[in-house]
Parts: sequence; structure tokens; C-alpha cells
Amino acid sequence: MAFAKNISAIDQGIKNELAQKGIVIATLNDLYNWGRRSSLWPMQFGLACCAIEMIATACARYDIARFGAELFRPSPRQADFMIISGTVTKKMAPLLVRLYNQMPEPKYVLTMGACAISGGPFIDGYNVLRGIDRYIPVDVHLPGCPPRPEALLYGLIQLQKKIDSQEIEKCEWYQKGLKRVYPVPEYGPHGLIPKYNPEVWRPRQEELRKQRYGQPILTGKKTKAPHLDVVTTAPSS
Amino acid sequence: MDEKTVTVQDTNPMDTETLEVNFGPQHPSTHGVFRMNIVLDGETIVSVKPVMGYLHRNHEQIAENLTYAAVMPYTDRLDYFNSMANNFGYALAVEKLARIEVPERAQYIRVIMAELTRLVNHVSVIGFLLNDLGAFFTPVLYAFREREKILDIFEAISGSRMMCNYFRFGGVKRDVSDADLEQIRKIVQKFPAFLDEFEALLTKNEILCMRCQNVGVLPPDLAVNASITGPVLRASGVNYDIRKVDRYSIYERFSFRIPLGDKGDVYDRYYVRILEMRESVKILEQALKGIRPGEFIHPKSTSFLKLPRNFKPPVGEAYGRVESPKGELGYYLVSDGTPQPWRYHVRSPSLINLTVLEDLCVGHKVADAIIILGSIDIILGELDR
Repeated sequence: MAFAKNISAIDQGIKNELAQKGIVIATLNDLYNWGRRSSLWPMQFGLACCAIEMIATACARYDIARFGAELFRPSPRQADFMIISGTVTKKMAPLLVRLYNQMPEPKYVLTMGACAISGGPFIDGYNVLRGIDRYIPVDVHLPGCPPRPEALLYGLIQLQKKIDSQEIEKCEWYQKGLKRVYPVPEYGPHGLIPKYNPEVWRPRQEELRKQRYGQPILTGKKTKAPHLDVVTTAPSS
Repeated sequence: MDEKTVTVQDTNPMDTETLEVNFGPQHPSTHGVFRMNIVLDGETIVSVKPVMGYLHRNHEQIAENLTYAAVMPYTDRLDYFNSMANNFGYALAVEKLARIEVPERAQYIRVIMAELTRLVNHVSVIGFLLNDLGAFFTPVLYAFREREKILDIFEAISGSRMMCNYFRFGGVKRDVSDADLEQIRKIVQKFPAFLDEFEALLTKNEILCMRCQNVGVLPPDLAVNASITGPVLRASGVNYDIRKVDRYSIYERFSFRIPLGDKGDVYDRYYVRILEMRESVKILEQALKGIRPGEFIHPKSTSFLKLPRNFKPPVGEAYGRVESPKGELGYYLVSDGTPQPWRYHVRSPSLINLTVLEDLCVGHKVADAIIILGSIDIILGELDR
């Protein structure tokens, strides 16, 4: 992931010269982004297995506080970014979109683990959403099942880099008429309606999964039960 | 949620209205994406309605379309705090079904791993219970310090911190080196000291006693009727531990006691877990003494692990159960002689232990509902599957 460098108008030579005399000069952008990236408040909620690794990251050994993101807020209205840590089921997805809508600008999303990115190992499940990026925009994807705490810290650093690359004059949350509120999907008879938000995500023309793996080997449900007249094991105790 | 419309005529001004509160699914104290609809009269709970299914990941349906060996990594993700115990139960079920022998050393490794996960689980659960009581995050820091040490072992042995995927039918994936055993010995030696430290801070703490004693009392007859298992049952004074009753694997070789509570309140559930950890340490010490060099997997089973679609157990059914840290974790398998199980069912202790939630909560204050839920010890991955 590469972000454009935030080009400072100040010459590096002058900066160094002044720094030797104890004077630090910075652009407003630098200062603004430094403040924002140094105290990111994540939203405190866990979905599945990855949440445990998220808690481990917040604990003493990995200590996410070193990166300024230790203050987990239970309310979306106080949070800066959201760590989607775990499998998003179709029952949970509308609630996640609602939580995203309630977050104040500027807001970021970090998906943690394979399930939140694409469904992961549970992609064949009838109740599993194949990636939360179908409904809300995602800034950092963090693969792994579950990702190690170091990986989460790396993802956080990537998010900080993204924040550093943004400019105060051009940032979209100060523009007029911006409303990053996405429609909440509804429960339908065959999954969620709509299936994805076309503003955020569009299906690929070619299906990569089919290309790579061929048709998935699914035998389907057999209708006839096996004849169990020979009981192999007696019920224990 | 249904809104009750109360007209002015039929209410006495002295009567209070009941209030319906919706906990979760996004709430820091519901241990995941669990939701409770609580009806309150003032602060007293009138009724609790749990709403589940926010983490229904179709474990059973996916498993029925996979080979027997391919289900093993999915069992890790059932109860993500103790993946080794989940592996254990599934491996036992398949071994019963296909009648596979397990070598001696593998049995010892399995018991060591299962007891280490019990330490991980109980220590974290107590940390989170204290979290729910209002001691925000400090006990969890202590608990996770110990957890990380054990996870290092798991990582060295199986290659993954949480999702170990370590057990195989007829043994385990790879051997444990002497250096790892030495490391485990060190941890086991130091663990009682940590428990003493933990207990010095907590067990006789007045706030903990006041909040936990006589809260959420589970009478033994209700516990038995609701088929509660695990520490929740034993805290009510019922002596039932699958390790003693079923004597699966090699548990009959170890001498350990089953701690029992006498009241069945939240405090007993907390204290039974502490004592259980001490007994686990005893089992670990004996197992580390008894382990001998040998085969870590049955030589016959290595062949079908390389070709998992060739592994076709005979037609029949099998139920393998273990004493997971949450309770009786059972796997029911029906085979029709094909590489896939015809039916696969998980008896998850979290789901069945949760059925008494309403009985425990009614009559208590709303703050107690959270610690009762914390003391039952649910994991949503296993509850919803």
C-alpha cells in the first residue's frame, strides 16, 4: 500500500538548520495530521475470534498504547476508527452499517482477519457475508486468521500513514454536502437486500474464485440417511 | 421491539412502568455479539430474553461438505479461547467412529495441551469477569500476561497462537521437543505463584465478595434438569466431571480432585475456576513426569492424512465428548461410508449453559445481569456456531 507523500512547502535544509537552534517549523497539515494520527480512538467491539487478538494487542505485551490507539470507546460517536474484528454474518451486517453511520467524520475502517475481508474460511456458509466492503468503504485490509497482534499494529501504522497523506484543504469531511452515511441493508428472504452497495463495491466481471479453484467440490446434502443397524460404539457411561 | 402503550387510565400513579432495555449486540460486556432484551422494573430485572445468531457461521453445514480431516481447523474456531480442547473432542469422535488407536506419547501430549488450554481459558474468564464487575482491564492485563506465555508454547508446537489445528486422528500433528517440554515445566512451576498473586488481590476482596456472593444462585436440581455442565454445574455442588465420569484418553492415570461449590452463586463459580486451575497444574505436573519418548501419531493414520479423501470411516455413528473448560463439549458424527460426514453436530456447552440465564437473573439488579452472564462463561463462536 503506497500513499502519496504529503509534500511540505518548506525546504528541508532550512528545517534542519532551524532544528539545530531548537526551532521546529511545520506546516498546518503536518501539525493537524500529527495530532489526528497520534490519538486514534478505536471502537470497542469484537465480532469473533479476531477480537481476542485485538484485546491481546491492547494488553501489556503488545501495548497498542504506544501508537496512541489504546482508548477503546464503546460508543461509535466517540470513535475515530472501527476495527471489524471477525466474521460478519448477514444478521450482523446491518448493525455494522448503522454503527458506521453513527461515527463522526473523519472516520476510518480497518478490517481484521480473512472473514471480515472476504468471508474467509466460512465463505461457503449461507449466513456469512463475503466481505464487509460490500456495504461500507474500508481503508485497511488486514489478512490473517487471526492476524497476529504485530499485524494489527502494522495495520494501524498503515492507517496512520494514510492519515499523514491527507491534506486539510482537500479533505472531504470539510467539503460542503458530504454525508458518508450509507443505506442500511434489510433482511430479505434470501439474504440481505440489497446484496451490495453499488456506491462502494461492484462485483468483478470474472469470478476469481471459480477461476482459481474451479467449481467448489460440494457433494450437496444426501437425502437418504445411512442404515445404522450395526452400532459401532456403545453409549459411554 | 414491541412498544407497550400504557394509557393513563389503567395505571396507578404509584405504579412504576416497566422498561425494556436492549443490551448488545455491540456492547463491551456481552462477550461478543450476544444480545439480551431485558425488561426492568426500576432497576430490578423482570425478564430476560436472549437473542442469538449474530455469529451463526454455519459450522455444521460447512463441515458436512468437507472431508473429516478438513473439519479440524473449523473446530478451532468454535471456542476460540481453547482451540486444543475443541480439537480433542473432534479427534476422539472420529477415532471412535473409525476405531483408530492413539499411541501413548500422543495421549500425554494431548492431555498436556488440553490442560494448558484450561489454564488459558479460566484465567481469561476470571479477568473478563472482573472487567464486568467494574475493575476495568487491570485483571485482564494480569491474565493475558500468563496467557501470552502459554500461547508462546502453542506457537512453538503447532505454529499458530490461537488456531492451533494440532490434533490429528490417531495422534498429533508433530512431536513436542524436549526444549518445549522444559518450557512447559517452567510455566507450570511458576503458575501457582501467579494464582496466589491473583487470589491475594481478588479472593477475599470485599468488593468482589459483596458483588458476587448470593448473586445468581443456581440450585443443583435446576442445574441438573437444565443439563448444565462444567464449572457452572460444579459450583452448584454436583460432582460431575467428564474427566472422571467418562475417563477418556488417559485421565484415569492422574490423581486430581474435582472442586465443588456449595451455594452456586457467582462467587462460587469464580472460586471453582481458581481451584480447577490448581488441579490442572497437578495434572500437568504428573503428565510431564510420565511422558516418555515414542510415536506421536499412529503410523497407519499418516497415510490417510496425506490423502484425506481416501479416509472413509465405516457406516455408523459416534459421539466423542471432552470436559472442555466450559463444560461438556460433544461431537456427534454419522458416517455413511463416504469421505464426508453425513451428519455432524456439536453439543456446545456455552449454548446449553446459557439456557438458565433468565432463572439466574430475575429478581436481581441490572448490574448483576452482566456479572451473571460473565460467570456463565459463554463464547459466541461456540454458542451460535
